[in-house]
Amino acid sequence: MRRKIVVFIIIIVCYLLQTTVFSIFRFASISPNLLIIVASAFGFMRGKKEGLWIGFFCGLLLDIWSGGVIGFYSLLYMYIGYFNGMFRKVFYPEDIKLPLLLIAGSDIACNMLIYLVMFLLRNRYHFNYYFLHLMLPELVYTMVMTIFLYFIILKINQRLEAIEKRSASKFV
Amino acid sequence: MKRKPKFMLPAKYVLLIMTGVCIAAMLICLMLNITGGPLNTVAGYVFVPMQKGINTVGSWAADKADHLKRLSDVMQDNEELQRQVDSLTAELNTIKLEQYELENLRELLELDQKYPSYDKVAANVIGKDGGNWFTNFTIDKGTDDGIETDMNVIAGSGLVGIVTDIGPNYAKVSAIINDTMSVSGMVTSTSDNLIVHGSLQQMNENMVIEFSNLNDKDHEVTVGDPVVTSYISDQYQQGILIGYISSMEMDANNLTKSGTITPAVDFEHIAEVLVILNKKQTAEE
Repeated sequence: MRRKIVVFIIIIVCYLLQTTVFSIFRFASISPNLLIIVASAFGFMRGKKEGLWIGFFCGLLLDIWSGGVIGFYSLLYMYIGYFNGMFRKVFYPEDIKLPLLLIAGSDIACNMLIYLVMFLLRNRYHFNYYFLHLMLPELVYTMVMTIFLYFIILKINQRLEAIEKRSASKFV
Repeated sequence: MKRKPKFMLPAKYVLLIMTGVCIAAMLICLMLNITGGPLNTVAGYVFVPMQKGINTVGSWAADKADHLKRLSDVMQDNEELQRQVDSLTAELNTIKLEQYELENLRELLELDQKYPSYDKVAANVIGKDGGNWFTNFTIDKGTDDGIETDMNVIAGSGLVGIVTDIGPNYAKVSAIINDTMSVSGMVTSTSDNLIVHGSLQQMNENMVIEFSNLNDKDHEVTVGDPVVTSYISDQYQQGILIGYISSMEMDANNLTKSGTITPAVDFEHIAEVLVILNKKQTAEE
């Protein structure tokens, strides 16, 4: 229960930051994608199932506020959480290379799919342009934010795991 | 005593089930043409206050300073000097804020006189769309202030977009520069109609949006001509400035022209908007 509340707060804070603060501090009219960091970080830290649920709720939040169809971003982020969960076995907290790589991959995959569904299907063929001017800057910005946000999420997760372990050992 | 092990569904089945749920939700949304419904209302009550909070840190700081001032009124003489400094600083801050507000309101008023025939309500932009692909934003007025979906939104000196979704205390606005948006426009000098459509690529590269289907046989339309919303548009009120033609060329069919329009609104820095409370009258009503 404690974990659910904490994760919920993390998602909300990241969403609010993304829509307010980072919308104001845009570099080249690009803002970072904080929710993808949350979804994929919890994916590879906690496994497929939790990644899936956290991804789903991140996406749902975006869906509700995008004013479009409910379910599109939910689906996308859910799969991102799930696939990141597959890397739990090779994840070590001290090593930042894997998280960076996974989050970068998630961000690119997410944007590719958005491009495919929302732009390519409407005859916007300039993939190079969208890649260079939208996906790549977002990727770089997101990577920079990952370095900060990842360690915060990691610390929170370790704290939660320590608390869970303590309360679990009490019952034995 | 051993606790019964809880039944756990494997992750892949959860994934399958949730995929089904998402797809069903998308289909329902598309078929019934709804977006969220009750979910939106709940989200509105949860998030709008928070977004407002973050966005009004400035005025909050001024409030706090006022509060301090009142507090120091109670604590008397020995902190007299400090109090004076505090209150003066606070006052200075408030005055600066008020001046800023005054300037903005004056701008709005000027705009108000340009479009005198419509009822309008002013609103603040409190949040932008999460991603980078579309330009949608949230404003802090909703049905409680008489706003409905499909109402036109203006700012500065021209058309911003249209209300696409609404809650009691917020409304979502889709900007005309969105890749998916199109507006029926008219060149004021010749009354020729054209279609304006947003373009992410053009907007990012040259800060312009595209137009097409301009029927101008006598080559009377020139670069720089203002384009306003057309009387045949079924969503937009007539005569709202969209922008100025920045380039133009003949289409391959040799009948119509297309080109680009520089929008009249600075979409990068929208803080206040006006929502026109009159909706375009359509035949069904």
